[in-house]
Amino acid sequence: MSVAAVSVASPSTVVAVPNKAAARPPTARVAFNVNGTAHDLELDTRTTLLDALREHLRLTGTKKGCDHGQCGACTVIVDGRRINSCLSLAVMHDGDMITTIEGLGLPGNLHPMQQAFVVHDGYQCGYCTPGQICSAVAVLDEIKAGIPSHVTADLTGAPTVTRPELRERMSGNICRCGAYSNIVDAIVDVAGGKA
Amino acid sequence: MKFDTPATDNPIDQLKIIGKPTDRVDGPLKTSGTAPYAYERHDVVPNQAYGYVVGSAIAKGQIASMDLKEAKAAPGVLAVVTAASAGMLGKGDFNTAKLLGGPEIQHYHQAVALVVAESFEQARSAAALVRVQYTRSKGNFDLAKSLDGAIKPPASFGAEADSRFGDFDAAFASAPVKLDARYTTPDHSHAMMEPHASIASWDGDKLTLWTSNQMIAWSVGDVAKTLGIPKEKVRLVSPYIGGGFGGKLFVRSDAILAALGAKAAGRPVKVALQRPLIINNTTHRPATIQRIRLGATTDGKLTAIGHESWSGDLKGGGPETAVGQTRLLYAAPNRMTAMRLAVLDLPEGNAMRAPGEAPGLMALEIAIDEMAEKLGIDPVAFRILNDTQVDPEKPERPFSQRRLNECLTMGAEKFGWKDRSPKPGLTRDGRWLVGTGVAAAFRNNINEKSAARVRLDRNGMVIVETDMTDIGTGSYTIIAQTAAEMLGVPLTQVEVRLGDSLFPVSAGSGGQWGANSSTAGVYAACMKLRTAIIDKLRFDPADAVFDKGKVRSRGKSIALAKAAASGEIVAEDLMEYGDLGQKFQQSTFGAHFVEAAVDAATGEIRIRRMLAVCAAGRILNPKAARSQVIGAMTMGAGAALMEELAVDKRFGFFVNHDLAGYEVPVHADIPSQEVIFLDEVDPTTSPMKAKGVGELGICGVAAAVANAVYHATGIRVRNYPVTLDKLIDKLPDVA
Repeated sequence: MSVAAVSVASPSTVVAVPNKAAARPPTARVAFNVNGTAHDLELDTRTTLLDALREHLRLTGTKKGCDHGQCGACTVIVDGRRINSCLSLAVMHDGDMITTIEGLGLPGNLHPMQQAFVVHDGYQCGYCTPGQICSAVAVLDEIKAGIPSHVTADLTGAPTVTRPELRERMSGNICRCGAYSNIVDAIVDVAGGKA
Repeated sequence: MKFDTPATDNPIDQLKIIGKPTDRVDGPLKTSGTAPYAYERHDVVPNQAYGYVVGSAIAKGQIASMDLKEAKAAPGVLAVVTAASAGMLGKGDFNTAKLLGGPEIQHYHQAVALVVAESFEQARSAAALVRVQYTRSKGNFDLAKSLDGAIKPPASFGAEADSRFGDFDAAFASAPVKLDARYTTPDHSHAMMEPHASIASWDGDKLTLWTSNQMIAWSVGDVAKTLGIPKEKVRLVSPYIGGGFGGKLFVRSDAILAALGAKAAGRPVKVALQRPLIINNTTHRPATIQRIRLGATTDGKLTAIGHESWSGDLKGGGPETAVGQTRLLYAAPNRMTAMRLAVLDLPEGNAMRAPGEAPGLMALEIAIDEMAEKLGIDPVAFRILNDTQVDPEKPERPFSQRRLNECLTMGAEKFGWKDRSPKPGLTRDGRWLVGTGVAAAFRNNINEKSAARVRLDRNGMVIVETDMTDIGTGSYTIIAQTAAEMLGVPLTQVEVRLGDSLFPVSAGSGGQWGANSSTAGVYAACMKLRTAIIDKLRFDPADAVFDKGKVRSRGKSIALAKAAASGEIVAEDLMEYGDLGQKFQQSTFGAHFVEAAVDAATGEIRIRRMLAVCAAGRILNPKAARSQVIGAMTMGAGAALMEELAVDKRFGFFVNHDLAGYEVPVHADIPSQEVIFLDEVDPTTSPMKAKGVGELGICGVAAAVANAVYHATGIRVRNYPVTLDKLIDKLPDVA
C-alpha cells in the first residue's frame, strides 16, 4: 500500500470510546433446516455455521477441531454437498437444508455408514468421527454423481469406488488416532465391498 | 488386593468375553456425535459464558504493562483475567512452566489473559483488544548450539541418566566392525483432534471442571495446588477425551483459566484452547540429537553398544529419555548410555506417545540397519543374532516374556522378506524406486495401582465406576469385558462409568499402562463383589460359578438380580503390585515391516505396505488393540516423513503452530495396514496377564520407513523427517 493510500484511508482522528449499548454487534435473522427441523435464528453475524449448530442449536455432534478449515472435524452436508462448517458464516445459509451427524442416525437407528464405522472400528477417540462419517456419505454420492478427483485417471469416464479414490477424497478429514485403514474398510463395505 | 506372585488360573482365563474382538461399547455414541466432550456440556450447568485465551507474543521476558480498558469495554465482556488480577497462583507438580504468565514470561504463547464474554464471538473480538507491552529477554532456543552447556539430569522414573556395563571404550576401540553415527529427531506435537477444553463452575468454594484429561487424580491435585484450594474442593469430570497422546496427562491453561474466569465473572465459563495457540501453549515431544556407536565381531555379534542423547527443556524440566530401550534391547557385553539436558526457552517439553522409546528407536533402529549392512548380514537375521533373554545389565534378571525373534521371523515370512535384494537401489517399478525396511519395536510394561467400585443393582445390572479415562484406547470396552467375564453376564448387562474424580482412583491413561492396570483394578473389585454375592446367597465359595447371569452352587442356581433384590450390592477394591516387576523385566516387543516407493525424479515418498507383529501379553480386545497399533503406525509414519515443529531460533517459538503448518498423516498417506498379535499371556503382570500395546505400536515405525527409503534409494537420511529435499540431489540421474 502506498503512503498516500494510507493517509487517505485513515482520515478519522476520532477514536470512539466503545459504548456497550451503542456498539452492540450487528445481528441478522437466518432460517434454515437442520436434520428435517426448521430453525429461525437471530445471530451475531460473525457466528459460523459450526457455532450456530454447536452453541445455539446445541447440536454438538459436529466438532470444532481447528476452527480454520484445516482438520475436517466440522464437516456437515449442506444441500447434498459436504462443507467445513467452520469456514462458513451461519447467515450465508438462509434457506439451506443442513444434515449433521445427528441427522444421519442416532443410537438404536444408526445410518449404514455409522454402523460400518462401529463394525470396522473406524475411530478411536471419536472426535473426528462425525466429520469422517459425513464426508464418507458425501464422498460416495460424489462418486455416484461422476465428480472426478485428483487421482481419477480418466476424467471423461465415470469414477469408481476404489481405495485410492476414497483415500484422496477423504484426505480433508484428519484422524490423529490414525484409524484411516479401518475407515476406508468401512466406506468400502457400505459401497458394496467392491474396492 | 495385592499382586505379588504370578497369576494362576482365574475367571478371566475363561475367555468367553475377554480376548474376543469386540465392537466398542461407546461406538453408537461416538459415531452419532452424541458422546459428550468437555466443551459440549450444555447439560451440566446453565448460563455458561465464553472464555478466549490471549497468549504471550514473546518467548522470554516480562510483561511491562497491560492495557485492558478497550477489552473490558467491548460488547458483552464480563471479565478479563490476568496474573495481576488472579491473585497468588501456585504451579502444579506436573507442570514445568506456569499456566498463567505474568509478569514473568517463560515461553511463547504462555497464557497471559482470558477474556470472558457472553458469546464466543464477543470474547474473541475483545481478546484482540488486550494491549500488552513486553520487555524481551535473550533466550536460548537452539539445541544444537547448547550441547556444551548441557548437564547430566537427575534420575527419572528410577533410571539414572547414565549407565555403564563392561568396558565400552575398550571394546568399541578394538571392535573389527564399527559404526559411529549421529541422528536427529525434531520437536513433535501431539496434535490431538479435540482442543484442550474445560467448563468451570463454582458452587461456593467448590469447583467442578468438565474437562479433557487423561489423569484425573493427578490433575485434581494440580488444579488444587495451582488455585491454592484443598483437593477435596475440586471435582474433575472427563468421560470422553478427543485424543491425548500424552498432551492431556496434565492440567493445562484451559482448566485453570476457566476456573479463574468463572470466579471473576460469577458464573460458569467454558474455554477451549484455540488451535493456533495449542502447539506453543501446551507441551510437545522435545527434539533430540543422538550419537550411536556399535561395535561387532565380523560374524555379527555386537560387542559394544553406546547411545548418547541430548535434548532440551525449560529450566526445571526433564530430558527426553531416548536411550532407555538401548539398555535392554540387544545383547552385548560392553555398554554405555548417557543423557544430557540443555536449558531451552522453548515451550515445555513433556511426554508424547512412547516418550523416550519413540525418538530413541527412530535413531537406534536406523543404526542397527546400517550395522547389518556393514556386516553384510540381513537386518532381520542381525537382530535375531543379537537377541537377549535377560536384562543385559543384570543378567540374573530374565525378561518375563520376550518373543522379539518370533515377531521378526513371522513378520519376515508374512511380508515376503526373503525375496528382498540385499543391495539398495535396485528395484524399479516404473518411475518408482521401491524398497523395504524393518525395525524392532520395544516398550516397557508398567503396572500402576488402580481402584474400582462395582455395583450389582436390583435389575441385575453390573455398574463399574473408576476414574479411569478412555482417550480412544477402548477403556470402556475392556472394562466392560472384564466385569462381564468376572460376573458371568453379557456385555449388555454391564454399564461402565469413567473419568469422574468422585470414583475410585485408577491408573489413568499413560505409559501404555492403562489397559492392564485399570482392568486389574476392576478384577480386584469384581472378586470382592463375587464374594459379597456368594455371602449374601450363603453359597459355598469353593464351587460357586458365575455364568449366564446366574450364580450356581451345589445344584442351586440363582439369578444375579435376585441376589440384589433386597438392595444393591457394592464392592470396591484396589489392585497394587509387589516386586514381580523388579524380579522380571516386563516389556512388550514387536517388529515393523514397511514397503516404500520413492519417485526417481521428484523424491516423493509413498508408503505402500505396513505390517506390525506384536507380542504384548494377553490381548484383551483384539479389535481395539489392533486399532491402537495401526493408529500408532500412522503416527510413526508421520514422524518418519513429515512431522517437524520448525523452531524460530531468533524469537523462540514453533512457527508451524496449527494443523495446516504442522503436517500429520492424512488418508492419502496411509495404505491398508496389517497387524498380527502373537498368542501370549504374561502371568507376571497381573491377573489379566496383559500388557500394553498403545505405545509399542509407534516404537520403531519411523526407522522401518527410513530403512525402506534407504533400501529403495541407497540414500541414508539420519535427520528426521525423511523428506524429498534430503533425497533429491542424491537420486540417480533421470534419463
